[in-house]
Amino acid sequence: MSKNAPACAPLRLHVPEPTGRPGSPTDFSYLHLSPAGDVRRPPLDVQPAEIGDLAFALVRVLDADGNAVGPWAPQITPERLRFGLRAMMKTRIFDARMLIAQRQKKISFYMQCLGEEAISVAHALALDEGDMCFPTYRQQGLLMAREVPLVDLICQLLSNQRDPLKGRQLPVLYSVRKAGFFTVSGNLATQVVQAVGWGMASAIKGDTKIASAWIGDGSTAEADFHTALVFAHVYRAPVIINVVNNQWAISTFQAIAGGEGTTFAARGIGSGIASLRVDGNDFLAVYAASRWAAERARCNLGPTLIEWVTYRAGGHSTSDDPSKYRPADDWKNFPLGDPLERLKQHLIGLGAWSEEDHQRTQKALEAEVSAALKEAESYGSLADGHVHSAAEMFEDVYEDMPEHLRRQRQELGV
Amino acid sequence: MSEKQTTTPMTMIQALRSAMDVMLARDDNVVVFGEDVGYFGGVFRCTEGLQKKYGAARVFDTPISESGIVGVAVGMGAYGLRPVAEIQFADYVYPATDQIVSEAARLRYRSAGEFIAPLTLRMPCGGGIYGGQTHSQSPEAYFTHVCGLRTVMPSNPYDAKGLLIASIENNDPVIFLEPKRLYNGPFDGHHDRPVVPWSKHPLGEVPEGYYTVPLESAAVYRAGSELTVITYGTMVFVAEAAAMESGIDAEIIDLRSLWPLDLDTIVNSVKKTGRCAVVHEATRSSGFGAELTALVQEHCFYHLEAPIERVAGWDTPYPHAQEWAYFPGPARVAEGFKRALERN
Repeated sequence: MSKNAPACAPLRLHVPEPTGRPGSPTDFSYLHLSPAGDVRRPPLDVQPAEIGDLAFALVRVLDADGNAVGPWAPQITPERLRFGLRAMMKTRIFDARMLIAQRQKKISFYMQCLGEEAISVAHALALDEGDMCFPTYRQQGLLMAREVPLVDLICQLLSNQRDPLKGRQLPVLYSVRKAGFFTVSGNLATQVVQAVGWGMASAIKGDTKIASAWIGDGSTAEADFHTALVFAHVYRAPVIINVVNNQWAISTFQAIAGGEGTTFAARGIGSGIASLRVDGNDFLAVYAASRWAAERARCNLGPTLIEWVTYRAGGHSTSDDPSKYRPADDWKNFPLGDPLERLKQHLIGLGAWSEEDHQRTQKALEAEVSAALKEAESYGSLADGHVHSAAEMFEDVYEDMPEHLRRQRQELGV
Repeated sequence: MSEKQTTTPMTMIQALRSAMDVMLARDDNVVVFGEDVGYFGGVFRCTEGLQKKYGAARVFDTPISESGIVGVAVGMGAYGLRPVAEIQFADYVYPATDQIVSEAARLRYRSAGEFIAPLTLRMPCGGGIYGGQTHSQSPEAYFTHVCGLRTVMPSNPYDAKGLLIASIENNDPVIFLEPKRLYNGPFDGHHDRPVVPWSKHPLGEVPEGYYTVPLESAAVYRAGSELTVITYGTMVFVAEAAAMESGIDAEIIDLRSLWPLDLDTIVNSVKKTGRCAVVHEATRSSGFGAELTALVQEHCFYHLEAPIERVAGWDTPYPHAQEWAYFPGPARVAEGFKRALERN
C-alpha cells in the first residue's frame, strides 16, 4: 500500500444504480422538484452566469389543480391551447395505432413518444416558420403540430412506394424540410452541433431564423454534445439546445448518463450558456420556456440549453422490453404526471374544454389516423413488397451517378 | 481444444457469453462493459447474467459514448486489466475512431512497449435484419487498414467462443466483429426460407469450458477443387449455398482473422484451384476484398487461370426497404463463381 494511502483505501468503483427495478418501486425523490410558480423568470438579456440556480430548479406553471401560476405563466389564447392539446392527442393516438401496425408486421419497427408529447408540441408552437428543428427519433409531436399529412408519415413507416425517403431509412427517421424538420440521423448526438452550425449560418447571412436541437439524456455523454455547447457559446449561436431527460436510455437510467447529484441543465453552466430546467410534462411551462429561449436567440442574446424533465413511458423502441429492467408501473408513479391530462384539466378549468369535447376529439382523431393508415396501406408496404425500385438504391449517393455505380446498377439488372 | 470437454449446443450469443464467463472466472483482470451491457445484459443479450455473477465492478453499464468506452478501455489496459468492451452496433463505432486509430493501435509502438492496450472491442456488424444504414454496416476495412490492430470476425458459435477467448488473452487491441445475422443460426442468404438454428449445425456444438481458436488462422470451411473462395462472417454460408446451388466445386476459406491473416492457407488453396473469388458483404470499392485480391495476385499470379472475381455489397449506404437487392445473396455470389470459372 502506498505510504500516502488514507484510511479509507482501498479504492472501489462506483457504478450508479436506480432505486427501482422490476419488483421494487422507484424512489423518485432523486428528482428535485420546485413548486409551480416558484421559479423566477429572468429578463431575456440576463447574463448566463446570473441564473446558474435555474439549472437546478424546475420551472413549472401548472399547479396540482391545473391553474397557471407564477411568472412563467405565458400569454397564450385558449384557442392555441386547444390546438396544442389536439396535436398531443393526435401524437398519442398515432403512436398507439402505429405500434399495433408494427405488431401486425405491417411496419418493420417503431418508436413512440408516450408521455413526452408536450415537449415537442408546445415547443413547435413557440417557434416561427422557417426555424429548423434538428430532432431525434422521439419528436414526432413537432410534425403533428406542423400538421404534416399523416399519409406521408405512414408511407415512410411502411417503406412503401410513396415513402418520401424512398425506403432508405428505418421507420420514424423522417425528413420533412418544409415543416422545419431536419433529416433524423440514426446516430446519436451528431445533430446538436449541426444545429449550432445552422444557427451560425443564419447569423452569418443576417437572417432571422433560429435552430432548435434535440438530444436525449443518455446521448449527452457523447462528445458531440459538449462540442456543440462550446461552439454555441463561442459564436453566440441562435440555437435552443433541448435535452429531453426522460430518465431512461434503453436500459440505463439517467445516472449512467451522468445525472447523479447534478442536472443535465447544469452542463450548460460551465459552458457559459443560459440554462433552464423545466417540467417537460407541463405544456404551459414548455411553451413559456421555449418562447423565452427563442426570443433570446432571435435577439442576438445567444443560445439556451433547456433540460426537459419527463419520463419515457414506453419502451425505447419496438425492439425493447422495459419490464426487464424497471418497474412495470413506473410511469404511474412519476411525480410530473401525464402532459395530456394536465393540459386537459387546465382547459376544463378555464371553461374552454369539456369531457364531451375531449371524447369527440378523441374519436375524430382516431378516425383520421385510421383513414390515413388505410390510404397509406393502399400504396403497399415493405411486408407486401410494394417498395421503391431497387434502382432507387443507387440514386442520391452522389449528385450525378458516377460510372462505377451505373455499372453496379446494370449488374443488378434494374 | 481439449477432447475431453463436454460440449453443448449454443447459439453464437450463448457462445460469446460463455467465452466472457470463462475469462471473467479465470482472470481477475478481465472486465466487461458497454451500453446496456450490465443489468440488462446487452441489447443482443450477449452479457446476460454476467453482472449478477461477477458484480458491477467487473461487468457494468457505460454512458452512451463510444470514444469514452474505448478511451477508458485503453486506460484500463495500460493499468493491466483486460477490458472487453461492447460497441452496441459497429455502425456506432465512429466517434471512437481517434481512440482506436491514434491511441489503442499505437500505444505499444510509441512507448516502445512500455504501455500496451490489450483490449477487445466487440461489435455486431452486417445486415440482414432490416436495420437500415445505422444497424447494418460492415466496417472491417476501416480497421484492417490500421497498423497495430487485429481484426477478427467469427462465422459460427464454436469459432466465436474460441476466437473471443484468444482475443481477450492477446496483448494487442482486437476489433471483434460479430455478424449479427449469424447470432441465432447459419444464415445462407435465403431470407425467404425458414430460419435454421445453430442446434442443427455441427459448429453450434460448443465446449463448455476454456479453449481457444488461434488468431491468424483461417479454416477451410468446405474443401473443393475448382475455385478458391476467400470470405468470412455471414458470407461463408452464402458462399456455401452458392456453391451447392451452382454445382461448382468451390473450396471455401473462412478467414476468421482478417488482419493479420493466414496467408498460407489462401496461397495453398489458390495454387491448387487456379481460380479465386473474394466475397464480402461490405461495400466493394476499397473494401477488404481489394487487399485480398492484391495478395492473391502477388503470391499466386503464375497459378491463376482467370482474373480474381470480387462479389460484395454495392457502393451505396445500406438501404432499409431494398435490403435483399443490396445484400450479395447466393444467386449473385454464384454468378461471380461462374465468371471466375468461365474467364481465362
